[in-house]
Amino acid sequence: MIYDVIVAGAGVIGGMVARELTKYKLNVCILEKESDVACGASKANSGIIHGGFDPEPETLKAKMNTAGISKLYETAKMLHVPHKQNGSLVCAFGEEEEPAIHELYERGLENGIQGMSILTGDEARALEPELSEAITLVLNIPSAGIICPYELTIAAVGNAMDNGATLKTNFEIAAIQRANGIYTVTAKDGQSVQGRFVVNCAGAYSDKISAMVGDDSFTIIPRAGEYLLLDKSEGVRVSRTIFQVPSKEGKGILVSPTVDNNLLTGPTALRVRTSGSTETTDDGLAIVRNLSKKSVPGVDYRQVITSFSGVRASVATGDFIIEPAKNAENFVNVAAIDSPGLTSCVAIAEYAVEILGSIGLELLANPAFDGTRPDPHFIKKMSDEEKSAYIAEHPAYGRIICRCEMVSEGEIRDAIRRNPPAHDVDGVKRRTRSGMGRCQGGFCMPYVMKLIAEENGVPMEQVTKKGKDSNLATGRI
Amino acid sequence: MMKHSVVIVGGGPAGMAAAIAAYDRGVTDTVIIDREEELGGILRQCIHNGFGLHKLGRELTGPEYADVYKKQVEERGIKVYHTTMVTAISPDLVVTAQSREGLMKIQAGAVVLAMGCRERSRGALSVAGTRPAGVYSAGTAQKLINCMGYTVGKKAVILGSGDIGLIMARRMSLEGAKVEAVCEIMPYSGGLTRNIVQCLEDYGIPLYLSHTVAEIHGTDRVEGVTIAQVDENRRILPETKRYIPCDTLLLSVGLIPENELTRAAGIPMDPITNGALVDENRQTEVPGIFACGNVLQVHDLVDYVSDEAEIAGLGAAEFVLGGGKKGVSVSVKPGAGVRYVLPQRINLGEEKDVPLFLRVVKPYGKVRFTVKAGDEVLATAVRLKAAPGEMEKIVVKKEKLADVQGEITVSLEEIV
Repeated sequence: MIYDVIVAGAGVIGGMVARELTKYKLNVCILEKESDVACGASKANSGIIHGGFDPEPETLKAKMNTAGISKLYETAKMLHVPHKQNGSLVCAFGEEEEPAIHELYERGLENGIQGMSILTGDEARALEPELSEAITLVLNIPSAGIICPYELTIAAVGNAMDNGATLKTNFEIAAIQRANGIYTVTAKDGQSVQGRFVVNCAGAYSDKISAMVGDDSFTIIPRAGEYLLLDKSEGVRVSRTIFQVPSKEGKGILVSPTVDNNLLTGPTALRVRTSGSTETTDDGLAIVRNLSKKSVPGVDYRQVITSFSGVRASVATGDFIIEPAKNAENFVNVAAIDSPGLTSCVAIAEYAVEILGSIGLELLANPAFDGTRPDPHFIKKMSDEEKSAYIAEHPAYGRIICRCEMVSEGEIRDAIRRNPPAHDVDGVKRRTRSGMGRCQGGFCMPYVMKLIAEENGVPMEQVTKKGKDSNLATGRI
Repeated sequence: MMKHSVVIVGGGPAGMAAAIAAYDRGVTDTVIIDREEELGGILRQCIHNGFGLHKLGRELTGPEYADVYKKQVEERGIKVYHTTMVTAISPDLVVTAQSREGLMKIQAGAVVLAMGCRERSRGALSVAGTRPAGVYSAGTAQKLINCMGYTVGKKAVILGSGDIGLIMARRMSLEGAKVEAVCEIMPYSGGLTRNIVQCLEDYGIPLYLSHTVAEIHGTDRVEGVTIAQVDENRRILPETKRYIPCDTLLLSVGLIPENELTRAAGIPMDPITNGALVDENRQTEVPGIFACGNVLQVHDLVDYVSDEAEIAGLGAAEFVLGGGKKGVSVSVKPGAGVRYVLPQRINLGEEKDVPLFLRVVKPYGKVRFTVKAGDEVLATAVRLKAAPGEMEKIVVKKEKLADVQGEITVSLEEIV
């Protein structure tokens, strides 16, 4: 089979591009090197819907951010992705930083952001009582929000698949060749896929994919962002996302509630060796602890439930790259998508498909396209009466497997069966939250392993944490 | 809405003993709600021996100890809701639970909390490094090995020398794995002495005190860990870092009472025990709600869990039968050298001896404990040694409690 479009990478950008493509009569194939979607920066970022005050006007970042906010809110609703318009505050600590607040305000106006205001420290503390006394001036952006980035990615890929797209995981691209107008994309293990157009959404690896077709015009400079996630008991410290005045390195350390009511602090912005350097460090986490307390001194770090690190796919120019590749036909790079990439993802996908159309991809509307996806967390939103009635018909939703996050057997089986299917324990975790809570899977992991083994008809020893050689049980007694 | 006189939340050793005590006091309408398929709780995965020496006068395995109580529950015909999860408890004693059959609400006459505890996770420690497969809490590994029949690795390092970590060092060895090291961040082990001897020394497994795991390595599966010595403030000493190749890291770094239901019910907590504040009957500050076992305080011996649960079960039964009359009470506070004392409050004039349970702040040699109210000495006890890992029990006689004034404190002094 020759696909119309091959999408390289199943992160939030690849997922949204694929979903956008299924709005048209096109055969789409998504290739992902990991065992699951959302395994790169899409699973490890701040999960912020940025207000749009930060990017320099006229850059792609500014355009995509501004256009992307409402598109993302709308898409998140259609796909039932947890999100919330909680607003954000950018804080200046003392006179020296105050001019930056006015600059950001002006820049925000230029970028078309509405509803912003400038608050004194006291006014801001009236809104968020836990803010530091050292904060003197604050930019208030009510249109900003938070969203679950991996659930968004899973939903985008799942919706694309529901509309006909194919997902191939464990497909690590080793070579891309073009003959007679057809691209052949070959994986490390020898399997290959053919298509007429290729969209490169390979995140931190997008420079290497681009180089495979002769475009080495950009280099990804991997910068890690380390985070600490705290228990729901800390999620009440702030209701808005709290930023500090940004620096060259990024938007600084934030303190934010998550859509699941945890508290998230981070990220650092440390240059790392490779795009795969997602280890956390003592130094990095110490920076997160210290700088977050500068904004919200009361954060109780005894309530940490996990730490993680994600690698940003940054480039020297600092702007997104969304354009046809140099020296290669029918190949579009959607690269260097660091912050505000999540906010911009729907706008980026639309723009990328527009470019594909302009270089010859025929875009005929797909009348069968359904842009909605059923809510995977429907059971949690039911009243006691509704739940009881539903469980009577579907008993598996009554049996709780993950006690910290109250996830039922039914929800876990759904995650293994629905598009994109979860193959491993981490995949189930990202789809259902089973293992995301305070015990971090201590109780539920063996049960989740059993359900995966049962659903896939494989022995327990073959069940992995995250694909490849990440087996959990090593043998039978 | 269904009605039951006493509702016990949890079917582990605490829940079973509490149910039996309540039933035997005459409250036959006592029910247990348990999330597992079979009664016994974590004892089901503790297949090693050492249980029951104090309470039953014989040495049993975990499942055997559980079965002693399970049999008594069955003999009495106490109703058990299996694979049923309590999702909420309200201050007016309505218990909501969920199972494959649906949701149920029970109006209870009294509630006994016996949910046990969970293990601290890797995430809570923020150990640096990658996030590969092969990092397990000791109890999770124990479940996989003992209940499900799977090995979890071939070469292991264990962080934490709590009892489960020590037991698992031996268990891994018995299944053919090589345990390279047990690291303990404190300068002393938190486990029982008998476990250090029987689980480490007998197997030639080194215990490194004042050591921690500084970094985890490996992409898919653990490939090794960097261990390091720590200073007196538990900070890593970089020059002592040392790499140990291994495919498994087990964590035994502390147990946390599972008090989410307790907090949601608005029950006041003790920040040291991480359990509810209780009186000598194990009644919390919310009338009619009692707590016992590891959800109240983390015990080192199940025997004491059973003792405590009997107190709570009896208390719940008395509450139902007598309506929970209340007189004057005094608070009990830890003094010098003592980390916490339980119960935190004693009702006066109850005409019974009150055992106090406590833990010390650090290891000591010979010590004398003194229980005082003002200048009045209520009880003393001498121990040849005392350690945080071993819970102490001191009984205050009822005649001493007759006319106590002010708060009671328990302190220790070192003696020669």
